[in-house]
Amino acid sequence: MTPDYARLYDLLRQVTGYIYPNEIEVHWGILVVVYPYLTGLVAGAFILASLVKVFNVQAVQSVYRLSLLTALAFLLVAPLPLLLHLGHPGRSFEIFLNPNFTSAMAMFGFVYAWYLMVVLLLEIWFTYRRDIVLWAREEKPPMKWIHQTIALFSNDVSERGLAFDKKVVKAITIIGIPSAFLLHGYVGFIFGSIKANPWWSSVLMPIVFLFSAIVSGIALVIILYMVITPMRGQKIDMKCLDTMASFLFYTVIVDFSLELLDFIHRLYQSEESIKILSEMVSNRLFISLVIIQVLLGMLIPLVIMVAIRLFRFEEELRKLLYFLSVILIQLGIFATRWNVVVGGQMFSKSFRGLTAYKMELGGIEGLLMTLALLVLPLLVLAILLKIFPAWDLPKRALGGEAVPSA
Amino acid sequence: MERRGFLEKLFAVALPGGVLGLLIRRAPARAEGYEASAHYYGMGIQVDKCIGCGRCVEACKDENNVPREPFFFRTWVERYSVRWRGEATVRNIDRALEGPAEVGGEGEVLRSFFVPKLCNQCDHPPCVQVCPVGATFATEDGVILVDEKRCIGCRYCIQACPYGARYLNPVTEAADKCTFCYHRITKGLLPACVEVCPTQARIFGDMRSTASPLTRFRRMNKLHVLKGHLNTEPKVTYADLDGEVR
Amino acid sequence: MKNFLQRFPDALVRLAAVFVVLIAVVLLVRSLLPASWTDTRLQRQATIERETARPVRYAGSDVCADCHEEYGVKRQGYHRNLSCETCHGTARDHADNPMEVKPSLPRLREFCVRCHAYDRSRPTGFPQINPAAHNPLKACITCHNPHDPKPPTTPQECRGCHAEIARTKALSPHVLLECTTCHAVPVAHRTSPRAVLASIPKEREFCGKCHAKDSAVRETPKIDVVTHGEKYLCWQCHYPHMPEIK
Repeated sequence: MTPDYARLYDLLRQVTGYIYPNEIEVHWGILVVVYPYLTGLVAGAFILASLVKVFNVQAVQSVYRLSLLTALAFLLVAPLPLLLHLGHPGRSFEIFLNPNFTSAMAMFGFVYAWYLMVVLLLEIWFTYRRDIVLWAREEKPPMKWIHQTIALFSNDVSERGLAFDKKVVKAITIIGIPSAFLLHGYVGFIFGSIKANPWWSSVLMPIVFLFSAIVSGIALVIILYMVITPMRGQKIDMKCLDTMASFLFYTVIVDFSLELLDFIHRLYQSEESIKILSEMVSNRLFISLVIIQVLLGMLIPLVIMVAIRLFRFEEELRKLLYFLSVILIQLGIFATRWNVVVGGQMFSKSFRGLTAYKMELGGIEGLLMTLALLVLPLLVLAILLKIFPAWDLPKRALGGEAVPSA
Repeated sequence: MERRGFLEKLFAVALPGGVLGLLIRRAPARAEGYEASAHYYGMGIQVDKCIGCGRCVEACKDENNVPREPFFFRTWVERYSVRWRGEATVRNIDRALEGPAEVGGEGEVLRSFFVPKLCNQCDHPPCVQVCPVGATFATEDGVILVDEKRCIGCRYCIQACPYGARYLNPVTEAADKCTFCYHRITKGLLPACVEVCPTQARIFGDMRSTASPLTRFRRMNKLHVLKGHLNTEPKVTYADLDGEVR
Repeated sequence: MKNFLQRFPDALVRLAAVFVVLIAVVLLVRSLLPASWTDTRLQRQATIERETARPVRYAGSDVCADCHEEYGVKRQGYHRNLSCETCHGTARDHADNPMEVKPSLPRLREFCVRCHAYDRSRPTGFPQINPAAHNPLKACITCHNPHDPKPPTTPQECRGCHAEIARTKALSPHVLLECTTCHAVPVAHRTSPRAVLASIPKEREFCGKCHAKDSAVRETPKIDVVTHGEKYLCWQCHYPHMPEIK
C-alpha cells in the first residue's frame, strides 16, 4: 500500500510555529472522535434507563426498554471505528489474549466486555425474558425460532421465575450504574492519564467525559422517542418528555459547570502550556469549540430549557423547543469529542507550534465512513426493536388473560 | 469427578499464562556471547559541539531503513534562535525540506544553537506503560524496542511520548522509533548517529562501565534531561542545555 | 443432579450453562494456541533476535584502518575526530567486498560547505567560511587534503573560525578595530586553537585607553574610568563586539 505523502506535504504548509517533525501526522482522527461519542451515548442511555428501575421514576417508564436497546445498539457498533482505525485490526484480539496490564486501553477492553456481557445483555435478557417466551408461543417462524433461541429455549413463566427475573433486573441495574460510569469514565481516563499532553492530562477528564456522555445519552433517547412515537402512530407522552427534559437540564448544568471549571482552572493556574493552548483554541478550534460546543451545544439549549421552566409554553411549542435543543446538544457533544481528541493533537508538545487536521471525504478515515458509522447504530436499533419490541406486550398469557406490564 | 478434572485443567492453563504475563518486565538476552544484563546503555549530548550538519539524521535513516520523507524521524536536530524580546524561534534542520536557513535578522538574536533530539530510552517509559498489547518493552540493557509483529497500530504510545520521538512506520503500519541502533551496539559498534557525528556532539556509552566516554561526560558536565518534571527518567542527558529547549 | 438444578430458577440455570460453555470454549482455544502467541517472553526474545539480525550499514571507523593508510594520516590532523564514514558514507558492504563495492568519494564543493559554511548557530571557534567569498567554484580538496585539512597557508584573519563575532563587530562601532587591538594572539593559536588561547583584557583601564576622559583617541565616547559603572568591568555590561550604549 503506497502511503499517502501528498496529504502530509499539504499539511506541512499549514503548520505554524515549530512542531516536532514526527507530529505532522495527526494520529487519532475522526474515527477516534466517533468512538467516545458512541460509547458516551451508551452510558447516557443506560443511566436514563437505570433511573426507572433504581429510583422508580414512573414518568419515564415508557422509554425504559428503548433506552436499553439504544445502549445495546450503540455498544455493538462502537468497537467498529476503533477496529477501522488500527494499523493491524487483525491483531486486535491480542488485547484480550495477552494484554499489558499497565495499559489503560487494554484494561478497558475488559471493562467493555464486562459491561456488554454481564450488565447490558443480561439486563435486557431478564427484562424481556417473560415476553419473549410468551411471544414465541404464538408466533410463526422465523421470529418464533429467533425468540426461542434468545430465550435459551426456556418456557418458564411461573411466579417464581418472574419474581426471580424482577430481582435480577434490579440487582443488575444497581451494578450497572457504576459500570456505566466506569465505562465512559474510563475512556476519559485513557485521555486524562497521558501526562505528555496538557490538553488531555487532567483529573477532571473522566468526570467531564462521563457527564457529557449522560447529556448526550439522554438527549439521544429524547430524539428517538420523539421520532419513533409518531412513527408508531402513538401520541407523545408529555409527562415522560418533560421528565426526561428535566433530567437533561440538570445534567447539562453539571456538565457546563464542569467544563467552565476546567476553563477557569486552566486560565487561573496559567501553566506553561496556556499560551499555545489559547492560540490553538482561537486559531484551530474556534468554530468547533466556541461556536458549536459552547454556544450552540450548551448555552442555547440551556437558555431554551430555562425559558421552558420559567414560562409556560404550550405543548406544541415545548416539543419543538425540546427537539431543537437535543439536536443542538448532540452537535455540541460531538464537537466536544472533536475538541478533546483532535484538539489534543493540534498543538506541538514543544509548545511552540500548531499543526492542522483535514478530514477527507472518502477513505477509511473519511466523512462518508463517519456518517455511515453514525447511522449504523440506528439501523441496528431498528433491527433490535423488531426482535425486542419496546412498547408492545404479549397479547395473552397461558390462561388467555391480558398480560400485565413488566 | 468430571468437574474436578475440568477445574484442574482450567487452573493449569489459565494461571501460568496470566502470571507469566504479569512477571515479565525485561526480556532476556540472546546467546552468542552477548550478555545483555552486563550492559546498560545511555547517551550524552554536548549541545555546544553540535554544528547542525544533519549527518546524524541521514545516517540514521540509512542504517535503519527509515522512510526518507520528512515526516518520520528517529532522530532530528532543532535550531534555536533566542531573541532579545519575544519568543525564541525553533526550526528543524531537515535536509529534505530546506537547508539550515538564517532565521531573523542579525542583531536580533541573542544566542543560537543546535539541539539534537532522539528517543530518550526512558527508565520510566510512558510508552511502555500504555501499550495495550505490550508490543513495546524495555530490554535488560536499557533499550526500548518495538515488536513490529505484535503492534496493532493503535498509536497510544505515540500520544504518550512527551518527546515526539515515535512515529507510525508507513510500511509496517506499526509504531517505530530510535533503538540506539540495537543491532549495532550489541555487536560492540556505535549507533549510526554517533558514528558519523563530526564533532563528537553525541556520546554513547555503557553506564555500567567505568571507562566509557559516557562516564567522563557524566563526570565533567552539569547534566540536564528533557522534560524532567514528567518523571520519565530519560537516559539521554544533555550538557549545556539551554532553558529554552523543550 | 436434576434435583439439584431444579432448586434454581430455570432462567438462571440456562444462562449459567451458556456462560460455562463460553468460558470453556475460550479457555480451550487459549490452551490450544501455540506458545508464541501467548508467551510474552518468547515474543520479546523473537523481537530482540529480529532487531539484532538487521543488516549493519556503517562499518565503524577502526575497520578502515586495516587497509587504508589515510586512516593514519587522519589521526594527526584536524579531522581526527571524524569517522571515515562521516564523509564516505556506509562502508560495511565495502568492507565485506572491497573490490566490487566502493563507498562514495565526495569531491564536490557542496559536500564540505555543508559543515563549514558560516552559520550563526554554529559554535564559535568552529572553522567556517563564506562559500561565496572563499575561493568560489573551486573544489575544496584542491587546497585542503580531506584527511589532513590544514589550510595551505596559516589563516591570517580571525573570521575564518570566529565568523559570528566578526560579523557582529562589522556592524558595530568597533568595526574599525582589528581583533588584535584587544586580543593578543600567539602565532600558535592559528594552528592549535584549543591548546593555545588568545588573551582577553583584564582591567577597566584597558578600555580606558580609548574611552577615558583624558584619552588621546578623539572620536570615541568618553567616560570617567574610575567611577563609571560602579564595581563592574566594562564588558560585564557592554558587549565588546557590539558595544551598545543603553
